[in-house]
Amino acid sequence: MMNWLLPATVLVLLANLALGLLRVARGPTATDRMLAALLFGSTTVAVLLVMAEWMAVPPLRDVALLFVMLAAIISVAFVGLPAVDEERE
Amino acid sequence: MNPFDAIAALLLAAGCFFYIAGTVGLLRFPDVYSRLHALTKADNLGLFLVCLGLAVHSRSGRTAGLLLVIWLLGLLAATVSCHLIARRALHAHPPAPGELPEPPPRARS
Repeated sequence: MMNWLLPATVLVLLANLALGLLRVARGPTATDRMLAALLFGSTTVAVLLVMAEWMAVPPLRDVALLFVMLAAIISVAFVGLPAVDEERE
Repeated sequence: MNPFDAIAALLLAAGCFFYIAGTVGLLRFPDVYSRLHALTKADNLGLFLVCLGLAVHSRSGRTAGLLLVIWLLGLLAATVSCHLIARRALHAHPPAPGELPEPPPRARS
């Protein structure tokens, strides 16, 4: 068996998340930071799915399902924010 | 090593590759629209490959069905988010003339 496979996948995906933080730090607009939030949403889903398989905790798949839906709701909420004076730099 | 694990390893590695590619696009591309494009497309392909790899790894029909539903929902969510965010960005910062490429001329009838 390849015991290292699933943990290695989780590590790579978490490194991916850490890289995405650079875009949050750099900006420059609120939209760019929102893109990083989208990245976190999709990567978190993948991490949860892999962890469900790795640790044999099937309920984590339902958590992943919830995260997928939350990702859509987050961006709809972001679009509903007023666009005034967000970029006064 | 059994062949299922080998296939799962390949699929998971490919999925990770596409996730990393999406993040590199997010960090390196010059404007909001191309970053949005890189992120939503590449990440969904990555999610698809990871789901497929996990379905092969688990060898269970129910799990595979759940993973399929998650991927389809993720696809729908990313498409809607991408469109909404791009439209908001376009309205919040209208491009200066000449900043975006001109649309192609209409074909004459």
